[in-house]
Amino acid sequence: MNWAEFFAMKGYAFYVWGSYGVALLVFAIEIMLIRNRRKQALRNLRLMRDEMGESV
Amino acid sequence: MAINWFKYSAPTTFYGLAGKLIPYFAWPAAILFAIGIYIGFFVAPTDATQSEAYRIIFLHVPASILSMFIYLIMAGYAALGLIFNTRLSSMMAQALAPTGALFAFVSLWSGALWGKPMWGAWWVWDARLTSELILLFLYLGYIALHASIEDTRRADKASALLAIVGSVNVPIIYFSVKWWNTLHQGATIKMSGTSMHIAMQQAMFAVMAACWLYAIAVALARVRGIILEREANTQWVNDLPEVKQMNGEHS
Repeated sequence: MNWAEFFAMKGYAFYVWGSYGVALLVFAIEIMLIRNRRKQALRNLRLMRDEMGESV
Repeated sequence: MAINWFKYSAPTTFYGLAGKLIPYFAWPAAILFAIGIYIGFFVAPTDATQSEAYRIIFLHVPASILSMFIYLIMAGYAALGLIFNTRLSSMMAQALAPTGALFAFVSLWSGALWGKPMWGAWWVWDARLTSELILLFLYLGYIALHASIEDTRRADKASALLAIVGSVNVPIIYFSVKWWNTLHQGATIKMSGTSMHIAMQQAMFAVMAACWLYAIAVALARVRGIILEREANTQWVNDLPEVKQMNGEHS
């Protein structure tokens, strides 16, 4: 198994790895965005709570 | 032992349940994807006419099928939210939309990268390609419409109507290859089975299952974020351990 030969995909490397590469990138970004959204929501909740804590 | 199905239909209980379920979907998704890719690239033989380019099929077909099914599931949740006024249903629809849009994009993208070497064109106004593009726009329209309306309940209702009306597009995509019979080839996987090589079938099935599990895990994770946002002023959210921590600690 020659890796260089494998990755060449008999000349279709750009198309094959372009498809899989972008797909994996897109899903990775989606996962990061969701994690970020959760962190942001929790941060807002704590900020609201701290503000309410002071005003009470 | 009567199971109270409605117990989990309230955001409060569903939030905890979803949190527990995510790893059970996420990890198998990653493993199955790895297996599918391994079989698809190392076990499945080279295609007679398309040489190695055909290996895009293991991504293109699952992504396309997912993009259609997720839309129907999203429209279903939106309809539920509209009919029964259940907040969680509308949240689920909102949680599914971005993932569905991503699968539609991946379907179009991998299709274009497969079409270029095989058909000689990145894009053709073919019946299936065009209806899949419309599906992507419907997803983006749903997301944009929901985001543009301030009052979330009204946003749920308005976007639900769009989702339901848009669902007529899904059968059009499915049958487009038969009705118009333009460039895109017919169904590779039919109810009567498939003509593909066994290893190709295994790879396709593994990646398909991985995509389903991934979509569920991601939708569950996103809906938890949506619940935190939309139920921010409720007592149960503020009592959550992750909220009780001080701001500095990483949740």
